[in-house]
This record gives sequence, C-alpha cells and structure tokens, in this order.
Amino acid sequence: MSRRPLVRECPPTSWYFRQPRYLRYMSREITSIFVGAYCVLLVVGLQRLSAGPAAWDGFLLALRSPASVVFQFLALVAAVYHAATWFNATQKAMPLQIGEDFVPGNIISGAHYVAWGVLSVVVLFLAGVF
Amino acid sequence: MTPLKERLVQLEVLRYYPDTDTEAHFQTYEVVCQEEWVVLDALNKIKADIDPTLNYRWSCHMAVCGSCGMMINGEPKLSCHAFLREYEGVIRVEPLAHFPVERDLVTAPDDFMEKLKRVKPYVIPKEIKPISEGEYKQTPAQLMKFRQYSMCINCMLCYAACPQYGLTPSFIGPAALTLAHRYNQDSRDGGRKERQEVVATHEGVWECTFVGACSEVCPAHVDPASALQQMKITSSIDWIVEHLIPGGKS
Repeated sequence: MSRRPLVRECPPTSWYFRQPRYLRYMSREITSIFVGAYCVLLVVGLQRLSAGPAAWDGFLLALRSPASVVFQFLALVAAVYHAATWFNATQKAMPLQIGEDFVPGNIISGAHYVAWGVLSVVVLFLAGVF
Repeated sequence: MTPLKERLVQLEVLRYYPDTDTEAHFQTYEVVCQEEWVVLDALNKIKADIDPTLNYRWSCHMAVCGSCGMMINGEPKLSCHAFLREYEGVIRVEPLAHFPVERDLVTAPDDFMEKLKRVKPYVIPKEIKPISEGEYKQTPAQLMKFRQYSMCINCMLCYAACPQYGLTPSFIGPAALTLAHRYNQDSRDGGRKERQEVVATHEGVWECTFVGACSEVCPAHVDPASALQQMKITSSIDWIVEHLIPGGKS
C-alpha cells in the first residue's frame, strides 16, 4: 500500500476564528495599527511645529476636533492594551534565575508596571501637569 | 461497592482511508462509557466493540509517551488526558491539525522528525574529555536552567496549536526550537553556534509571532513560547555584537 496522506490546509484568512486565543492574539496585533498611526500623528506635529506658530496653532486646533479626540481615545486604549500584553510577556522572555529558583513571573511583570507608572509620572511632570 | 456511573457518549470522528477516499468525512459513534473515562478509552471501546477499522495511535495511556495527540473539539489534546466528564454533547475528534493525515486519526510526523534532527537536540560537549577524567559535572542550579525544557514528550500538540506553523510549514516550530534552547542552556554544551545556523533564521525563531498557543496546550508545561522569546533576545544580541561592535564576534 502506498502512502497518500491527506493535507488539510490552514485557512489563511479565517484561522483566527478557530480559537478564542487566536482572536486575543489578533486583537493584540491590531492595536499596533493605532500605535503606529499615533506615531505618524506625532511626526506630523513635529513638522507643524517646525513650520512656525501659525502652523502649530492650526495643528492644535485640529487635535481638538471630535474625530481627532475619538481617534486619540482609541489610540490610548490600544496603547494601554498593547503595553499590558507586552509587560505580561516579559516574564516569559526574561525569566530571572537566582540560585536554583526562578523569580515568580508576576514580580518580573509587576516591576515593569511599576517602572511604567513612575516614568509616566516623570513625563507628566516634565509636561507641566503638576 | 457503588457501581461506576455510565454515560452514553456521542463521538464524531474524522475518517480517512487513503486507498479509497479522496476526502475525509465524519463518522458518528454512540458508545456507553464510564464517567471517569478519557476520550482514548471511548476510542478503544469503539475499536473493540463497534468498528475495528478505526485507526489511531496510542501507547502509555498516562500522558507520558506523547503518541495519542488529537484535536478534541478543535483543541489539541492528548486523548488519554481528555476526560469525558469535561465535555458535553457530541465530542468531535480529529487528527492533529497542520499535519498530513495518514489514515483516520493517524498523522504523518515526518516533517517534525526532520526538523528535530536539524536543531541537533543532543549535548555537543564544549570539550571532549577522556573517560578516565570522569563525568561532566553539573550543579543543581545549572540543571534548573534547562530542566523545564527537557520535559518535552514530542507529542506535537504545540505544532497543531501554532497557526504560524499551519500557515508557514517551513517554520522549524515550537518543540524543536525549544529543544535547541534546552541544549543551548546546558552548561556541558558547546553547540550553540552550530544550532544558531538553524535557529536564528526566518524559518527559525523569527517566524514565531508569539501567539503563545504552544505553551497553553503543552501537556508537559514546557512553555515553548518562553524558550523562543529568550532565543530571539540572544539572537538579537548576537546580531548587535557582530554588526555594530567593531571587532565583535557572535
């Protein structure tokens, strides 16, 4: 008897509906679109700043438009979600062994959250919020 | 003694017979099972009492040999470790995803075996010592550095869970790369550079997009996703040393 294995293809455009964990993965990946778009917005802001006070004021005005506020809110949610998945992943990528034991993963991830909080306060301080 | 509880279980099993079939089809079986049975017990009952033509692999029945991996309700599982009491309604049993189906629930593991060989999953000693100098010693801390990754039972559930392997079959994949990591982490080993030729490539760790499904389905708690992310970091450091530091050698 000759071998005639049956190949069952992985559907290239619908595989992520097979399991909730695949949807969670895709939602994490999609957040990068918002993060990337916000980076473009910052670059545009820098360009407007270099173009003079009138251009900068126009940029600030555009940021306050309802569509821009909605986009910024979505970008914030996406960035926070993306950051959380990233910090949760650090315990996998950077396990820390002390002697025979490994430092518990939640301490590694927790340290990143703490650093995130501290740096956010520093940035807000530099921005003159306090 | 209290009699064991029985339950009528319906299993929808994928059938494929290569000599006559061009496509696979599902066949439904109804079988009386005991409440504490696993899916493998139900398959054994079917084969013994209902349909002796049903084909599947199994051996140890205790989640050690890694032979009985199947998709159970779409999830890669060892069928000896999938308790019937955890399922309601019809249980759908399919061969492991992403592998060619040899017959019924039997898949062809050839691709995985070939990839396993490519990562050189064995100790390549840093220095060859004559036997008269004694064994290669290792501290408990050095052992713990890789012990978790040595627990792999080659069941291939991680390959069935990994969409990246399903979409890009040239991907070396979770288990083989994790075993490469296991030997790279071994204090007695000096073969990392040889393995990097396979590991630090597009088909190697860089094909992994960190879905993380491999670690979620692993019955031996090996955590391949962790191993692969660590290898990405060390491979990146190699690249920086080699390309950005004058005179640097990885």
